[in-house]
Amino acid sequence: MIFDSEIPQITLLSLRVSSVATAISLLIGLPLGTLLALGKFPGRSFLLSLINTGMALPPVVVGLAVAMTLWRSGALGDMRLIYTPTAIIIAQTVIAAPVVTGLTVAALQQLNPRLKLQLYGLGASRAQMILSLWREARLPLLAAVMAGFGSVISEVGASMMVGGNIRGQTRVLTTAIVLETSKGEFEQAIALSVLLLTITFLINWALTWIQQRGKE
Amino acid sequence: MTALLQLSNLRVRREGNIVLDIESLAVKRGEVLAIVGPNGAGKSTLFLVLARLLKADQGQVLFNGRPANSIPDLEYRRQIALVLQEPLLMDMSVYENAAIGLKFRGSSKVQIAKRVNHWLHRLCVAHLSQRPARKLSGGEAQRVSLARAFVLEPDLLLLDEPFSSLDAPTRIRLLEDLKSVLTETKMTTIFITHDLQEALKLATRVAVMLNGRIEQSGIPQNVFDEPINERVAGFLGK
Repeated sequence: MIFDSEIPQITLLSLRVSSVATAISLLIGLPLGTLLALGKFPGRSFLLSLINTGMALPPVVVGLAVAMTLWRSGALGDMRLIYTPTAIIIAQTVIAAPVVTGLTVAALQQLNPRLKLQLYGLGASRAQMILSLWREARLPLLAAVMAGFGSVISEVGASMMVGGNIRGQTRVLTTAIVLETSKGEFEQAIALSVLLLTITFLINWALTWIQQRGKE
Repeated sequence: MTALLQLSNLRVRREGNIVLDIESLAVKRGEVLAIVGPNGAGKSTLFLVLARLLKADQGQVLFNGRPANSIPDLEYRRQIALVLQEPLLMDMSVYENAAIGLKFRGSSKVQIAKRVNHWLHRLCVAHLSQRPARKLSGGEAQRVSLARAFVLEPDLLLLDEPFSSLDAPTRIRLLEDLKSVLTETKMTTIFITHDLQEALKLATRVAVMLNGRIEQSGIPQNVFDEPINERVAGFLGK
């Protein structure tokens, strides 16, 4: 049974791990997506295929891979991260980064390809050209952030496998819902589900408001 | 007039074929040179090479008397300005669009305001200054695109078919206004077009480009009246 007093802690942990994972995914996905969208180099198509496949990675498969890596006998076992919030962040980053990267590629490729030439022709440095393209594609880029956040705040498999759903330590909203359902505590599970949906809606509503400002 | 730009033995190959082969071409300061030719003649390739957006496989470009390849790309590009067929305005206000090149150069707000207001006014779009660029008509957008280039007061202005997407009345009005601005400023300009009437109207010199080569260049009326060979005559419809 989850007590009411635990819910704020579970909610805050959910928000914290998913926000940090989304932020890290943005730090990886924005430059990588830009490189893939604007660059020409050997292996680009292969990398794009990998990213596109990664966008549909099942969270349990990610959970398995991250768990094996962080397990005591795994490659990063010495870091003792398994069953910690950091482990959940790592797994969620693996889930969200391909989503943000893939949607960044799509966002930049929908811009007129000659815009890059035009910006160079107006004296933009490479960094200024990229910043201008990001600005121009800000609406779909914000959609990429929303999709990335949405993919991790709602996933349960990876969080359960690498976090362990430990009370007071790694229990997040989705794993708590699974736990309550497995015990037949449907009222509690429904209440947590409504809370999760409300939070997800509020965050997406705020991001959509930012996205659509001045568009009406 | 001294040459601002001098090209010699310039070649660009694509998939083994020579798509640009210019033995010699000089652009004098203050002149408006129209490069005319049919689609596929190599005009756009030349434009990209001049804008330093494509590297030539061989040959030399002298800019302001210096070998262009000794000038860093950014420094070179900041001495020129491009206007393309589509206005390609950013999703911001007309004023911000016109100011973008100066912002890239780190100009002060005062200097930006002075130049932007001047050129928006000169190209008859000052009243649209605060309007979102996406809400402009085609003609208004191309005027803003021209203002955005003139604001930079470049050594060399490169125009790539800037009127081709406009309807006839809008094109005629814009051509008149651009002619007046270029006469007034004496800005060195290379104007790529396939429209002979536009070239005749705007240029002080015209170069006919066919199959990647400059076949003939000279004062527009002379070139139109006395084509040097059958290929040029054919293109000119003689």
